[in-house]
Amino acid sequence: MYALIALGYTMVYGIVRLINFAHGDVFMVGAFLAFYAIEKFRLPLPAVLAVAVGGCALLAIVIERVAYKPLRNAPRIAALITAIGVSLFLEYFTALHQVFGPNFYAFPRPFEVVSREIGGITVTNIQGIILLATFGCLGALQYVVHRTNLGRGMRAVSYDFVTAGLMGVNVNAVISFTFGLGAALAGVGGVLYGIAYPQINTFMGVMPGLKAFTAAVLGGIGSIPGAVIGALIMGQSETLTTAYLSSTYRDGIAFILLIAVLLFRPTGILGKARTEKV
Amino acid sequence: MGTLKNIGKALLPFGVIAGGMALLTGRELLNPYWVQIFQLACVVAVSALGLNLIYGFTGLFSLGHAAFYGVGAYTAALLMKLYVGAYGDEAFLPAQAAFLGSLAAGGIAAALLACLVGLPTLRLTSDYLGIATLGFGVIMKVIFDNADSFLPQLGGARGMTGIVKMTSVPWVALCLVAAVVIARNLVHSSYGRALISIREDEIAASTMGIDTFRYKVLGFTAGCAFAGVAGGLYAHLYTFLHPSNFDFFKSFDVLMIVVLGGLGNMSGTLVASFGWIFLLEGLRVALPPEYIELRWVMIPVLLIATMLLRPQGLFGFREFPFLRSRGDR
Repeated sequence: MYALIALGYTMVYGIVRLINFAHGDVFMVGAFLAFYAIEKFRLPLPAVLAVAVGGCALLAIVIERVAYKPLRNAPRIAALITAIGVSLFLEYFTALHQVFGPNFYAFPRPFEVVSREIGGITVTNIQGIILLATFGCLGALQYVVHRTNLGRGMRAVSYDFVTAGLMGVNVNAVISFTFGLGAALAGVGGVLYGIAYPQINTFMGVMPGLKAFTAAVLGGIGSIPGAVIGALIMGQSETLTTAYLSSTYRDGIAFILLIAVLLFRPTGILGKARTEKV
Repeated sequence: MGTLKNIGKALLPFGVIAGGMALLTGRELLNPYWVQIFQLACVVAVSALGLNLIYGFTGLFSLGHAAFYGVGAYTAALLMKLYVGAYGDEAFLPAQAAFLGSLAAGGIAAALLACLVGLPTLRLTSDYLGIATLGFGVIMKVIFDNADSFLPQLGGARGMTGIVKMTSVPWVALCLVAAVVIARNLVHSSYGRALISIREDEIAASTMGIDTFRYKVLGFTAGCAFAGVAGGLYAHLYTFLHPSNFDFFKSFDVLMIVVLGGLGNMSGTLVASFGWIFLLEGLRVALPPEYIELRWVMIPVLLIATMLLRPQGLFGFREFPFLRSRGDR
C-alpha cells in the first residue's frame, strides 16, 4: 500500500530533487475518480482503474507544467513551498461542495470480501490483490527504468540533467513522463486504498502521503527497491505497534525508527553514499 | 552611557506599539477581535524569526519548528498552572513576574530539547535533516497526544484547559521587540557571520577555522528558544492547548512565512508574519459566509503565484534600515 505511493515520491525525487508534497493528494484524487467511476457510471473494475490512473497521470503532468517547471532553476525551497501550496490547493479545492465535497464517502466494494486461512494466517482476497498489484507495479517499473529508452533517459536526467540535455535527451518530456508515471502508481494506490478501507474524504491523502514519503527516505530516496523495502518496514512497524503497544503510539514509533536508521545510514537503507566534492 | 542609550532605543518601538494599541482600544477604534489577531501575529513573528535564524541564516532545513513551539507552550502553561493558578488574579504583580519566568522556562525547555535533538540529527544534511526534524515533529505530536498518561494536567488528546489569560499587547510587543533586537544583534555579531558562512558553504567555513557543528547546534538551539517563548505566549493568549495546534502543518505555516518573506531576511519575516495572519483572519471577515471555504483555496493560489513571480521571497536581500548592520546603514 505505502509502497505504491512511496515509489512515486522516490522517482520524482530521484529525477528533480523535489519533495513532491502534492503526491499524497494526487493519490486522493485517484481514489475519488475511482469512486465516481463506480458510483455514477457503474464502470467495470479494469475501466475504473484506467480512469483513476489516467486522471492522476494527467493531473500530475499539469501540476508539473504549471507549478514546478518555471521554478526548475530557482532555489529549491521555492519549488518545495510551491509543492506545499499545490497540496493545500488540491485538498481544499476538492473539499468545496461544487467539487467532491467535504464529507466522508463510503467507497463501494466492487467485489465480495473472501477470507481464507493459509497455514494459520487469515488472508483476505483484498490483501492478496494489494500484494500482487504492488509487486506487479514494481516489476513493471523496474522494466521501464532499466530496459526501455525512456528509462535510460530518466536515469540520465537523474544523474545530471544539463549533460543529459546536451546528449539529446528531451529533458522536459522525461520529467513530465516521470511525474505521470509516479502519479499513475498513486492512482492504482488510490483505487486499492478505496477497496481496502472503504471510506474516503479529501484529506485522506495527507497521512499516507507523509508515511509513504518517510518510507521512501527510509529505504534510500531515489532507489526503487529501497522504497518498497522502506514501505514494508513502515507497514510492519505500525501493525506491530498497534498490536502490542497502543494505536496512539503508532505514528511515533514509525518515525523513531526512521530517525534511528538515518543516524546510522544517513542516506537510507539502500541509498548510495555521496562523497562530498568541493 | 552607551548601553543606556541602546536600551532606550529598543524601548522606543515597544512604547510606540503598546501605547498605540492601548490608545486605539481605549477609544474603541479597534475591536478586541482585531487586537487578538494582532497579538497572534506578534507571536507568530517571534516564532518565525526563530526559524529564520535556523533556516534563513544557518541554512538548516527544519520541518519540526511547531514541535518546539508546542514544548514551549506546554512548559509555560504547566508552570503557570502549578504555581500561579491558585491566585486567579492576572493583574497581581507576582503573577506577571511568574509569567515572565514561565515564558523564559518555555524558551529554555525548547532550547534544551533542541540541543538534545540537534546533537545527533544536525550531522545529517539538507533534505535528510528536514525529514528527521519532520519525524521529530510527528513524535512530539504523539507525545502531546498521550501526555495525560504521565501528567494529567497536560490533558493529552482532549487538550489542555484552565490556563490563565496572561498575554496582553504590552507582553507581545515586548517579546517581539526583544526578539528582533536579539536576532539582529546575533546576526551581525561574529557568531552570526559564522552561521551565515555555514549556509553559504560549509566546507569553506570549516576550512576558515569555524567549528561548523558547534555553530549549527548553536543556531538551531537559539532559533528553537524563540519558538519556545512564542509558544508560551500563544498558550496564555488562547488559554487552550491542543496537540493538533502543534502538528507538522503548523511547521509548514512558519516555513511558508519565512520563505515568503525571503530567507535570511528579517524585514521579510516580520512583514510576512503580519501579512499571513491578517490575510488568514481578514478573509474570514471579508468573505461572505457561504464562500468561507474558498479561503484555503485562495491562499495556496496566492502562495504559488508569489513563489512563481518572486522565488527569492518578497523582500529578497533588502532590509529595513533598523535591521541592517552598523556598517551598511
